[in-house]
Amino acid sequence: MAIDFQRVAPRTQRARVGRKRSLWLRLHLDPWLLAILLLLISFGLVVLYSASGMSASTTMAQAIRMGVALVGAVVIAQISPGILFRWTPVAYGAGLLMLVAVEIMGDIGMGAQRWLEIGPLRFQPSELMKIAMPMMLAAYLHRRPLPPTWRDLVVCAVIVGIPVLLIARQPDLGTSLLVTCAAVFVILLAGLSWKFILALVGMAGAAMPLLWINMHDYQRQRVLTFLNPESDPLGAGWNIIQSKTAIGSGGIEGKGWGLGTQSQLEFLPERHTDFIVAVLGEEFGLIGMTTILVLYLLLVSRGLVMANNAQDTYGRLLAGSIVLTFFIYVFVNIGMVTGILPVVGVPLPLVSYGGTSSVTLMAGFGILMSIHTHRRLLTH
Amino acid sequence: MRKRRENVKNHEREVRVFRNRSLVAVLIIVLMAGSLLSRLFYLQVIEHDVFITRSDSNRMRVEPLPPRRGLIYDRNGKLLAENRPTYNLTIVRERVDDLDTTLQRLIDILDLPESEVDAFRARSLQRQRPYQPALLMSDLSEDQIARLAVNRYLLTGVEVEAQLMRYYPDPIVMSHVLGYVGRINTDELAELDPGNYAGTHFIGKTGVESTYEDHLHGKAGLRKVETNARGRVLRELDRDPSVPGKDIELTIDSRLQHMAYDLLDGRRGAIVAIQPKTGDILAMVSAPGFDINKFVTGISYKDYRALQDNLDLPLYNRAVRGQYPPGSTIKPFEALGALQNRVVKPNDIIYDPGYFQLPNDTRRYHNWLRWGHGRVDLERALEVSNNTYFYTMAYRLGIDRLSTIMHQFGFGEITSLDVQGASPGLMPSREWKRDKYNQVWYPGETLSAGIGQGYFMATPLQLAAATATLANHGHWVRPHLAKRVGDEAIEPPFAGTKPDVQVDQARWWQDVYRGMEAVLHGSEGTARKVGAGMQYEMAAKTGTAQVFSLGQNQKYDADELTERLRDHALFIGFAPVEDPQIAIAVIVENAGGGVSGLGRELTDAWLLPDSALEPQPGTTVNEEVESIDGD
Repeated sequence: MAIDFQRVAPRTQRARVGRKRSLWLRLHLDPWLLAILLLLISFGLVVLYSASGMSASTTMAQAIRMGVALVGAVVIAQISPGILFRWTPVAYGAGLLMLVAVEIMGDIGMGAQRWLEIGPLRFQPSELMKIAMPMMLAAYLHRRPLPPTWRDLVVCAVIVGIPVLLIARQPDLGTSLLVTCAAVFVILLAGLSWKFILALVGMAGAAMPLLWINMHDYQRQRVLTFLNPESDPLGAGWNIIQSKTAIGSGGIEGKGWGLGTQSQLEFLPERHTDFIVAVLGEEFGLIGMTTILVLYLLLVSRGLVMANNAQDTYGRLLAGSIVLTFFIYVFVNIGMVTGILPVVGVPLPLVSYGGTSSVTLMAGFGILMSIHTHRRLLTH
Repeated sequence: MRKRRENVKNHEREVRVFRNRSLVAVLIIVLMAGSLLSRLFYLQVIEHDVFITRSDSNRMRVEPLPPRRGLIYDRNGKLLAENRPTYNLTIVRERVDDLDTTLQRLIDILDLPESEVDAFRARSLQRQRPYQPALLMSDLSEDQIARLAVNRYLLTGVEVEAQLMRYYPDPIVMSHVLGYVGRINTDELAELDPGNYAGTHFIGKTGVESTYEDHLHGKAGLRKVETNARGRVLRELDRDPSVPGKDIELTIDSRLQHMAYDLLDGRRGAIVAIQPKTGDILAMVSAPGFDINKFVTGISYKDYRALQDNLDLPLYNRAVRGQYPPGSTIKPFEALGALQNRVVKPNDIIYDPGYFQLPNDTRRYHNWLRWGHGRVDLERALEVSNNTYFYTMAYRLGIDRLSTIMHQFGFGEITSLDVQGASPGLMPSREWKRDKYNQVWYPGETLSAGIGQGYFMATPLQLAAATATLANHGHWVRPHLAKRVGDEAIEPPFAGTKPDVQVDQARWWQDVYRGMEAVLHGSEGTARKVGAGMQYEMAAKTGTAQVFSLGQNQKYDADELTERLRDHALFIGFAPVEDPQIAIAVIVENAGGGVSGLGRELTDAWLLPDSALEPQPGTTVNEEVESIDGD
């Protein structure tokens, strides 16, 4: 942080200068964020109970998992952003090394390989990258005058490109796209000029055919099925047709909790994981869907406010990227289940059954709270 | 100013930019959320009627239709493997509320013995596609089905399924030919096409069942069914029928197979019979066999241990995996190689003083007859199985040429087309010894190889195939077990067939045949007693293989010891010489000798019109053997 000598306390904070730090700040927690998170998780558990066919054990397992993840977030919030900043290259380097390790083991074991097993622990390095990538970019841009120059962009492209390619090769297209998203948000928030942005969008459009050529058959199948689900109603199109039927038949008020025929009669595949929002839509209707969307929007709004209050570039960029990436999760998942996006394996954050991604998301919120509550309140 | 812009961060500006970008982001987020909401509005309000109708009529489910497994027949149309309906217990984990409670209930209802409980529980955890039933127990008894039906209300997710189960009418004699099917295990599941094996619980594990798995299995179908609100099937809406597996007709003649098994009479050994012109394997026996039906339902641990601990190794397919020193049975092939390489002429006389000595070496390599056979030409050398003559041939050929000749006849190689687990045996060579032991080849080892001892190892299938090739004047046809798969006849020429064995002068074949005929019909022939009164010309060669030591799995047993140290007895032969119909290899472990009668018994049965292939009631085959085999 050597160059950063022009630090000025943002205007919004001047009002608080001299005031005693509140209890929440001393706990390094944000009550608004926590409240929205708890509401979302609770709503998610209610839906999961129905989606898992009233399985108390599944719901309990998920509740415990979310509880642990929440505790993890609280713990991470205690770590000051300065420490995070210093450890960023280590986290990024470790993530990169593990991705290479997975790549090598995948070559030996053949086929898709995403896990790294160290003794009894199973670990997915691409999950670490979801956090380490925006951290690394934010740390790099933190040292640079902004907006980023051409040279900065090239460095960023290298930082992003290597891990994204490794993840895409696993092959895990969904995660590699999300990691790219997180990285792109950092650069956009850093003030990349609109000309660049337009040029990048143009290049991305041009790269589409290339992406298509390099896709695996099952990935292409997903895209084709998305474009025309009726082409394969018993195979790959089944998911989309059934989830649309589930949501559409829910209507405004829904069929009631545990009464969704689509969900309960097992027409809906993956209904407690990636397609859980279809259960929500069927049983709680448009009202339920609007509720959860509003909750997500509140969470994102609060996150953006926190990001704007951050005092240095690193914190600001990282916090902003975490929040925006979270929304991309929501959009991609609901978009895919309602049939406006192709099926990529992205769970609905905080609601879908499963541990790995919830832990990563919660860690992100922990970092957000850490950045927010470790602000220096200038008294001199 | 410009320089400053490059080196210094402008915080006010950064904050301002970030705020602007955040605002843009909020705008985009609102747009995206709006698009989701309008999509939801479209689905849930505007198109609601369409989807509610679709949802109400959506009481259908897709179920896999497993194909019927192909049947297996012998060459005369006798059924060797069929499918019988049985009742299986399956569980769909996703429908079970509490797996542990349900399993405990099932264990109580079925009254399972303690020893099987663990396996039962393990099966319920098998990896499976979601909503696919996992097989818990097969072959339920009537009583068990009844008790399950009474308690059905306690057992959601548990079903009793009628299923076709493999059944082998002739399980022991056919064991090593057919192999068996068994439950698909987790490793196999990972390799299989899950769609095609949905609803199938069994897969060919060994033998023909494994070799022709792809053909026997068939292609799974699908059916769309309408269900009631509880998911029970009401009626079938649509059906993409499964394609049954192809039936397979084997080259095996089960009568000959039975006869061969009975001829072995409880001894350890193997018999392989091949039709030289077609390569059809007429009989392929490894004795003792085992009950393959037990493996279909899942053999109990106790039974399996009993089979594994059995000193006679019934699970071991001696016919295709048993590696035996071929002994004197390789002499005809060696004789032909010696003629072709012009190291000897048919009428050349070698004097046998009872031993052979390498130049500049005092060690004597003995003939089996200590005082020697005296003057020996090629025909007599085969007739009396003279070792000195063949030591000389091996010495003159050298190991390189000897190895080449034996490879031409398929030793050291797998020549069969579709015999699962066939072993290549071992034909030693200089290179092999250098690679394996990092040692040079010694001349004395050439002599051992020349009488089929030392490192030389061959399987009964290889001996039969080599004999068939010899009978064919060197023409190779790959031995095979399937005669017809579905509508497709399995006929030569086969891909990967070895090149024919070529000799410069066709009469050399006759020279070797004459020596082999003398084995049975000559005054000094090693199997002359067996050859007495034969109604056709047969060429043959006897052999013995020394047993060096006990196998690693065999326990020391004083009573067993003397028997198990006796030599293995071997026999090869084909008949009739002019138009060969059958080539045979026989190996009986620790028989000491005298198995030529088994060979003749089989050729008699195959060639003579009113043969023992249709045994008369009251006469057992074994009595006939003893009357003939006086050797």
